[in-house]
Amino acid sequence: MNFELTEEHQMIRETVRDFAEREIRPVAKELDEKAEFSLELTAKMGELGLFGMYLPEKYGGQGLDTLAYIIAVEELARVDGSQAATLAAHNSLGIGPLYYYGTEEQKMKYLPQLCTGKALWGFGLTEPNAGSDSRGTKTTAYPDGDDWVINGSKIFITNGSVDISVGSCVQTVTKTLDNGKKEFTTFIVEKGTPGFKRVSMHGKMMWRASDTAELYFDDCRVPKENLLGEIGQGSKIMLSTLDNGRLSIAAMGLGAAQGAFELALQYSQERKQFGKPISKFQVNAFKLADMAMKIEHARWFLYRTCWLKDNHKPFAKEAAMAKLYCSEVARDVANEAVQIHGGYGLMKDYDVERIFRDQRLLQIGEGTSEIQRLVISRHLGL
Amino acid sequence: MKILVCISNVPDTTTKIKLTADQSAVDLANVQWIINPWDELALTRALELKETSGGKIEKVTVMTVGTQSAEPTMRKALAIGADDAIRVNAEPQDAYFTAQQIAHALKDEHYDIILCGIESSDYNGSAMGNMLSEFMELPAVSSVSNIEIDGDQVKVNREIPGGYEVVEPELPFVAVVQKGIAKEPRIPSMRGIMMARRKPLKVVEPAEAEALTEFVRYEPPKPKAACKMVDADNVEELVELLHNEAKII
Ligand SMILES: Cc1cc2nc3c(=O)[nH]c(=O)nc-3n(C[C@H](O)[C@H](O)[C@H](O)COP(=O)(O)OP(=O)(O)OC[C@H]3O[C@@H](n4cnc5c(N)ncnc54)[C@H](O)[C@@H]3O)c2cc1C
Repeated sequence: MNFELTEEHQMIRETVRDFAEREIRPVAKELDEKAEFSLELTAKMGELGLFGMYLPEKYGGQGLDTLAYIIAVEELARVDGSQAATLAAHNSLGIGPLYYYGTEEQKMKYLPQLCTGKALWGFGLTEPNAGSDSRGTKTTAYPDGDDWVINGSKIFITNGSVDISVGSCVQTVTKTLDNGKKEFTTFIVEKGTPGFKRVSMHGKMMWRASDTAELYFDDCRVPKENLLGEIGQGSKIMLSTLDNGRLSIAAMGLGAAQGAFELALQYSQERKQFGKPISKFQVNAFKLADMAMKIEHARWFLYRTCWLKDNHKPFAKEAAMAKLYCSEVARDVANEAVQIHGGYGLMKDYDVERIFRDQRLLQIGEGTSEIQRLVISRHLGL
Repeated sequence: MKILVCISNVPDTTTKIKLTADQSAVDLANVQWIINPWDELALTRALELKETSGGKIEKVTVMTVGTQSAEPTMRKALAIGADDAIRVNAEPQDAYFTAQQIAHALKDEHYDIILCGIESSDYNGSAMGNMLSEFMELPAVSSVSNIEIDGDQVKVNREIPGGYEVVEPELPFVAVVQKGIAKEPRIPSMRGIMMARRKPLKVVEPAEAEALTEFVRYEPPKPKAACKMVDADNVEELVELLHNEAKII
């Protein structure tokens, strides 16, 4: 067993931390307040090489491993959930299915531009009437000559509507079998396809500087080359994409917890009441001790899960555990961090306020905490 | 044309400095190491010059005197964009020692411009660059705030009271660089980090060299005295304290 990060992983952590402190921290509050997606930061993250970082070089990636990617998400989330969300959703949900299930031709067509930070890609699974029950989706596709025709709608699709979002992979029902079971198939739908409408969603409590969209398909026609994987493979594509996505949501939880903890630690040593720093009151010192302990647990469990994936071992159960655990650690730590800040923790001038809101999504997106427990219990044979 | 940038491996500037129990040394356990900030700016300028030179500058080499523990810092310099690295395998002792080591290691190498940061942020000696030029018998320009390459001529801005003068040194030369040499250090890209692994990092054995400095004892600075509050109405007391206690008026 070797728990030491390689020189490269450490350098990636330092680099992304420097970047987040220098480029993101100064603008994060304002972007959040204005609910503004930043093309500039996205392009800069692209220049840094964060988009598609785990793809081989021939597709425009950097050939890095899962752990490197997860460390990058963690470091972004330590400073800002929205930017971390843009990156994590794009890398795990957006380009993941294209890379793992696309034909060589599809990969060469889409992936290089998706590694630049100048083009984003979405993953359209969730529908208004099908969230946790992802097999309840109703968007359909039927073949017509050399095309497929898609009808239906999707909701809450990250990176789905901003100008530089050039397309999405969309989960559809292509057949209902006699026994009532559905056949799911995934399609590539490019921006600008007739019948494909994108509407950005406003009024989010969290991830306010990230793009969330509704997608509408009204007799939307795509050529048969836009089939991703095989007919009927949609369910498998969806499940494996979510396994990977869970690692990056876990990383966001870990990063948010780390960020909130650091703010609380510093504040507790500066804020004086009753003549001494509030960190000197044992109740606060113990809170900080608990936070530090939970973060260490979360980090090493998540890193081990990355190690499983990088070593081609099964990791679906661990991914669900990591997602669940890290997102709940983020919740607990952010909550106590606000408590340590007292009234100031409720003010927008304090970064801990934003982390407190941003972490709330992590127990809901990509499978709620309840669904993670369901997944884990199924792995236990229950 | 080739540029060499001397790099010192120093504790992160936010490190809380602790001393060993007998105060004979700085306790370096758990210290995070970085490229000395001035050297990082020197490297940034060297890379800018290379990129805009239209191929005229063939390479930028980084060099350090340090043990194996300095290698992550050298890899970082390679990730930022240096082409190769040289490490003289010795614990740096003082400027005199370090300058001799570098001069010795460069005996059979040719660099046209050698850049040194004005000081390293750990011991702030401000001596290495000029000592190096002396050992190498090269001209040196100090207080350098900009370097431009214009055809075959290198133009160097040297800060002087009230402004700067432009000097055109003969090559090769040593430049001791300071504020202004580059705007901001560069952040390496993921590609740079990946490529750094494959770039050459040559280790050379040290020469016989002496150090002229002996570190006897370290003292932490006195903790800041508590702030004394004087009531706004009590000007007399304030004046009295400024006179007799602070002794500044
Ligand atoms: C900002 C944001 C970004 C998102 N990005 C994407 C994206 O890019 N692509 C995408 O496809 N989706 C995306 N989603 C959708 C997200 O995955 C869903 O919101 C999530 O899966 C939950 O579905 P739901 O909101 O419909 O909640 P529901 O499924 O209606 O759940 C409501 C509650 O019921 C509970 N519940 C439901 N079923 C069970 C059960 N069987 N047992 C116990 N409890 C249960 C849930 O845990 C939850 O507490 C995003 C959502 C948000 C908010």
